[in-house]
Amino acid sequence: MSLTLFNVILAVFVVICFVALNAAYLVYAERKGAAFFQRRPGPMENGPWGLLQPIPDGIKLMTKQLLVPGGVDKAVFITAPVLAMFPALVSFVTIPFSSSIVAHPIEVGVLLIFAFAALGSMSLLVAGWSSRNKYSMISSVRAVSQAVAYEIPLMITTITVVMISGSLNLTDIATRQLDGIWAWHIWPLQADVGFNLLMPVSFLILFVCSVAETNRAPFDLGEAESELVAGFHTEYSSMGFGLFFMGEYANIVIGACLTTILFLGGWSCPFGDLGFFPLTHNVGWFLLKIYLIIFVFIWIRWTFPRTTIYGLLNLSWKYLIPISLFNLLLTAALLKVF
Amino acid sequence: MSEQLIELQPDETFVLNVGPQHPATHGVLRVKMTMDGEYIYRAETVLGYIHRMHEKMAENRTYAQYWPNLSRLDYLSAMAFNHGYALVVERACAIEVPERAEYIRVITVELNRISSHLVWLGAYVLDLGGFTPLMYCFDDREQILDLLESVTGSRLTYCYFRFGGLYNDIDDAFIVGTRAFIKRMRRELKMYKKLVTDNIILMKRLKGHGLVDQDMCQRYGATGPVARGSGINYDVRRNEPYSIYDRFDFEVPVFTEGDSYARYLVRMEEIEQSLRIIEQALDRLPDGPVNPEKKPKTIKPPPGDYYAAVETARGNFGIRLVSDGGKNAYRLKLRSPTYSNMHLFDEACRGMLIADALAFMGSLDLVIPEMDR
Repeated sequence: MSLTLFNVILAVFVVICFVALNAAYLVYAERKGAAFFQRRPGPMENGPWGLLQPIPDGIKLMTKQLLVPGGVDKAVFITAPVLAMFPALVSFVTIPFSSSIVAHPIEVGVLLIFAFAALGSMSLLVAGWSSRNKYSMISSVRAVSQAVAYEIPLMITTITVVMISGSLNLTDIATRQLDGIWAWHIWPLQADVGFNLLMPVSFLILFVCSVAETNRAPFDLGEAESELVAGFHTEYSSMGFGLFFMGEYANIVIGACLTTILFLGGWSCPFGDLGFFPLTHNVGWFLLKIYLIIFVFIWIRWTFPRTTIYGLLNLSWKYLIPISLFNLLLTAALLKVF
Repeated sequence: MSEQLIELQPDETFVLNVGPQHPATHGVLRVKMTMDGEYIYRAETVLGYIHRMHEKMAENRTYAQYWPNLSRLDYLSAMAFNHGYALVVERACAIEVPERAEYIRVITVELNRISSHLVWLGAYVLDLGGFTPLMYCFDDREQILDLLESVTGSRLTYCYFRFGGLYNDIDDAFIVGTRAFIKRMRRELKMYKKLVTDNIILMKRLKGHGLVDQDMCQRYGATGPVARGSGINYDVRRNEPYSIYDRFDFEVPVFTEGDSYARYLVRMEEIEQSLRIIEQALDRLPDGPVNPEKKPKTIKPPPGDYYAAVETARGNFGIRLVSDGGKNAYRLKLRSPTYSNMHLFDEACRGMLIADALAFMGSLDLVIPEMDR
């Protein structure tokens, strides 16, 4: 496929629509999910089952006054929300939704996603730092320590999977798991890579890290409202806040996509290739899997209280990093033997 | 960005104003925290943002006119504050309370205690970042509010007690509803145990944090669940029985750890004990009037100095009345529990991380209007 200008514009448009719709309707899903766990109906006023709720939500967010408090570092203050949104958007380029739907297949897709994820935490840092607010400042320092702590086990776990599949290309990693549910990387059942018993643990580590990376409860220490009021976005109003919000939800989708591709077989049908194409191995399975994971994200958020920042760092440095490192060594040894 | 605007203390600590508007202070409390990074170096409590001169008002109003003030002190356990005021004036004027009224007083006060603890539980878990239990707690509390509304006419600032009796009698619907609530609450308590009490994150955040020892409680005058969480076996209902509390079989939960989790467990146990008291009171509820036969027209306590104390949801509420024989009080001094409990915060939270300190503050169960009288 030649990369004409039209194709590029189309891809960008589709990605932005996907991200924006996801952000809007994930907020709706979040509210409905919260309501479900809290024995109440949730949004019901606009449209059937409140389905049109995101539209007034969006209008309200966009029509509010954008306040820039006195004394802030104005340029950085305004750039920060864009910085939060941009890497999340770009990461979607490499994500394969099925064997044929991918904006642009990149050989080092995994690396690209991590490179842009690092930019995401940078946006929290500069947002908190430029706000000239003590709560935001503490929050930005937390955001960095959290990002550093959780990117390490996340990457090590990903390297484990990359070693097994022998490719940094997300499409290749997913294609390797197409033979039904037992071929998925989450199970320790693959003879060619030596029955690695720690694979489910790896999956859990990746999942925990992606919850932490997206700043979701119980790891939302950057915006712990009972300690830091609202954390790094205390001073943001209107679409400044809205962009952070959209960025966060885009990150959730990326986290779910990454978990699905690395461990849950991407777009593969759990029952293997049944022969009739439309039902197996298509984008439907992929979306089903990512939204199931997102549901679990929502479930966790509305069930658990928040950890403390030192509890969070302890978990990563004392448990997740050593376990993932050990798993990396074990995988390497098994690959050498088998 | 001008450098001069940033205030840095010479020793590189900085001042963080937690409140007067902060999600963790549950009202207009201001805590001036001197911080060293995320560690607390000092925490100075600044009160007075909603001071309303309740004590002074007592000197300018008749005894009956002062009733509504009581329910506005601690809006979460207004009934117990009513009770304290009723006791001290009845003691001063030697008014006899009919048997049935005493039982109904106990039932409503204990229901109010449960609803207060439920608000605390929900708000506390919200402080710790969990939102869902708040909705469950408010749902359960709503049942109590419905019951109390049916007899008192109001949902929050109850003004139900009268000197020597009550505003009105309870009906059968109230009794049936209360029994149904007891059944429901016992079921819900099991759910709270699974969802909140046994939650690993909650335990890690509360166990061993916010330590308050017996000595500190005694020095600052802490009472209620704060003292009982530190091993002080003191409950006004048991140690200085008032009303008819000596007729009921209930336990005073005491934990010796002195940490936030101990205070948490004390309140959860207290909900169960209150349910026991209500059940017993409903079983033994006698027939009869709820107001004395000869109702005093005007309240004019003979000159003297009177004191009564009750156990509210937050601890010992003492009320001292100095009367000169007039129709207004000469002086009314209120000793409210949170005001005393909050004093130990500064000493206890030094060196704590801000997250633990705010979890500790929540475990003190603050109701700010009751401090800022």
